[in-house]
Amino acid sequence: MERISIDPITRLEGHGKIEIFLTPEGDVANTYFQVPELRGFERFCVGRPVEEVPVLTNRICGVCPEAHHMAGAKAADAVYHVDPPRTAKLLRELLYSAFFVTDHTTHFYALGGPDFVMGPDAPVAERNILGVIHKVGLEIGGKVIQARKYGHTIIEMIGGRKIHPCTSIPGGQTKGITEEQRQEIEKMGRWAVEFGQFSLKLFNDIVLGNQAYLDLILADTYTHKTYYIGLVDENNKVNFYDGKVSVVAPDGERIGKYAPSEYTDWIAERVEPWTYLKFPYLKKVGWKGFVDGKDSGVYCATPLSRLNAADGMATPLAQEEYERFFSTLGGKPVHQRLATHWARLIELLYAAERLVELATDPEITSDNYHTIPTETPTEGVGIVEAPRGTLTHHYWTDERGVTTKVNLVVGTTNNYAPISMSIKKAAQTLIKKGTVVNEGLLNMIEMAFRLYDPCLSCATHSLPGKMPLEVTIRDADGNPVEVLKQFC
Amino acid sequence: MSGNNGSGKPKFAMYWAASCGGCEIAVLNIHEKILDVDANFEVVFWPVAMDAKYKDVEAMPDGSILLTLFNGAIRNSENKHMAEVLRKKSQILVAFGSCANEGCMPALANLSSKQDLYDTVYDTISTENPDGVRPQTKWEVPEGELEIPEFYPVVRTLDQVVPVDYYIPGCPPESHQIAAVIDLVIQVLQGKAELPPAGSVIGAGTSTVCDECERTRNIKHIKEFTRIQNIEVDPELCLLEQGILCSGPATRSGCNALCPQAGAPCIGCYGPADDALDFGARLMSAVASVIDSKDPEEIDRILDGIPDPAGSFYRFNLAGSLLRASKSAWFGNGK
Repeated sequence: MERISIDPITRLEGHGKIEIFLTPEGDVANTYFQVPELRGFERFCVGRPVEEVPVLTNRICGVCPEAHHMAGAKAADAVYHVDPPRTAKLLRELLYSAFFVTDHTTHFYALGGPDFVMGPDAPVAERNILGVIHKVGLEIGGKVIQARKYGHTIIEMIGGRKIHPCTSIPGGQTKGITEEQRQEIEKMGRWAVEFGQFSLKLFNDIVLGNQAYLDLILADTYTHKTYYIGLVDENNKVNFYDGKVSVVAPDGERIGKYAPSEYTDWIAERVEPWTYLKFPYLKKVGWKGFVDGKDSGVYCATPLSRLNAADGMATPLAQEEYERFFSTLGGKPVHQRLATHWARLIELLYAAERLVELATDPEITSDNYHTIPTETPTEGVGIVEAPRGTLTHHYWTDERGVTTKVNLVVGTTNNYAPISMSIKKAAQTLIKKGTVVNEGLLNMIEMAFRLYDPCLSCATHSLPGKMPLEVTIRDADGNPVEVLKQFC
Repeated sequence: MSGNNGSGKPKFAMYWAASCGGCEIAVLNIHEKILDVDANFEVVFWPVAMDAKYKDVEAMPDGSILLTLFNGAIRNSENKHMAEVLRKKSQILVAFGSCANEGCMPALANLSSKQDLYDTVYDTISTENPDGVRPQTKWEVPEGELEIPEFYPVVRTLDQVVPVDYYIPGCPPESHQIAAVIDLVIQVLQGKAELPPAGSVIGAGTSTVCDECERTRNIKHIKEFTRIQNIEVDPELCLLEQGILCSGPATRSGCNALCPQAGAPCIGCYGPADDALDFGARLMSAVASVIDSKDPEEIDRILDGIPDPAGSFYRFNLAGSLLRASKSAWFGNGK
């Protein structure tokens, strides 16, 4: 069978490869999204002192180590049955809010945004962060760099390092912050709120104000009706750091909420022999293959999923935007995957507002940031929302607090099946008998997975932000007939 | 020093093998220095930032890239292939970051066999895999054959696969150190400085993390090891003196003692100190020298306070150490 190979794809979490098989008529028969690497953290994190695992698992991803450090620290708290002091939780969530501001900013301006700001079939040389800056003004480039710098400054103040933080331990934190640092953080947070509002206005003017883009968002090409999951607080508002995981069906009905310790009742993972990554799905619904709908256990865990799975946002400005989002797109849930870009900006605004709330809490500078665990360690689960999806760490230890087993269900992994489906649907819609496979078309396929914010996108903040692709069209004997490339 | 093939600027590449992406972020965190890289080099291959593909690199003349920063360890056949390609194409190949230098944490997998690792990952509590499916290098699907790289039995460092010219340690290397190295290379290009001797460690200090640490050190003698969560940590006093196993005495300086300053022990990410042949051996001897006892039973009791010697002494550098791997991993014979 004739095939199109996209190998390697870059700027996703690790390495990736796509195989598109064509029928003799030239339609798309099937697609495979393969992840060609494995490091095996679940094995080599065993036998380690449990307080080290949040530091070891940082190295799963140097783009979002904050997420692993937080999920790991919460799991380690649970292992020791210790509840950290309020100040420790505030500090962790403060670091985490700063991280979300930085991470979401980068994705919108460097990676996802250019498709909209410049247009999906804009000239390649313009469809990147530099093009965005050119179109909307140099001043915005400075703001993007500022947002990223502020984020890392706060992360280092609380986490000890800009990359791979080290201060969260069982029972709390190894250090607090001074009043002087608090004031600095508050100032940066207030700036970030304005930046969040500004970013939403930009999206409003450039994307929502353009009927062609609105049509693109609403198009069937990028629509999948799956289940959605996301962490919510006790009022069912979106929360990144703590709460229960809300699960909603494709019709929008909440079918349940699970506490971290109950995740194995809800989530299962499938192994396929042609890839190193597993495919999570909803256990109660079951694995029915790469299909959407209520009978398929495929779920999605993204900014869009979090908005769909919650009843609203816990901060006032983000709540207004949340309401506008659903009223504009025709109510809940929103299945149009390209709307994930908009949802990400609403989350950015929430993270900034939350940052200010936390930085102005009177207890944030308290030196009561650690509780010494007193109980015998056993087993514990920690869940946070990583920017790319719900992140679950589960540790078991012996009575000395040395790990005997580790299980991880990682952010981007949640979306492996939906990303695969989105690639297939985009390829099937766009590549038909007699289609000329050109650069613009390739970008439309890229957009199918770029919206999920594959992990390494964060790294591209200051550089041309597009997913490099190469498509080789091969004849039935595997000989290349034509090679298409995208270059800046 | 050339590498410009008469076409203007010398060529620069950066690649990741088995890695986390943190090294790339550390490079991007040099902020405006990135513009110096751009002004002085033509970036020809850097998957995180630009579009050149494997086959574009393969098509380049041998030795046409002046400088390649290679991060990530050698975990599978794709990593090894790219190490070989980039060695051929590069005049100067730098092992960049802990994974390429010494394996980093993922090399702790060298204590287990590949089968043990697969059995753990593909049969976890949340995995439903009644048929015991495992990834296969080649797999026939109805539409044709699919391929993924071969997973090797052990993690190797870059210089265990190809010759390496320089080493930049750190997990990740600190941005100010990266900026200093870039400045140096630009000065060499301008004829204002000489390259350091081949095989040197660059972008780091020559002493230990202890020398950079501002915590107060007295005479170190301890009666027991404890864990960081079990005590109220004194914010001023040396962590090792407080009984917390800290890798500072064996670890190369260069990070400004970031972790100890933040109240957490050094975990050794900058690799062995300048004169240490083996990181674990150096740290073990440092630890042995602070144990305040001559009674074998008491010494055993004190050492019981270190529950994971292999992980604690070889956390970042098992692949690069004298030990390298366990027998079962090396020979691939089961658990």
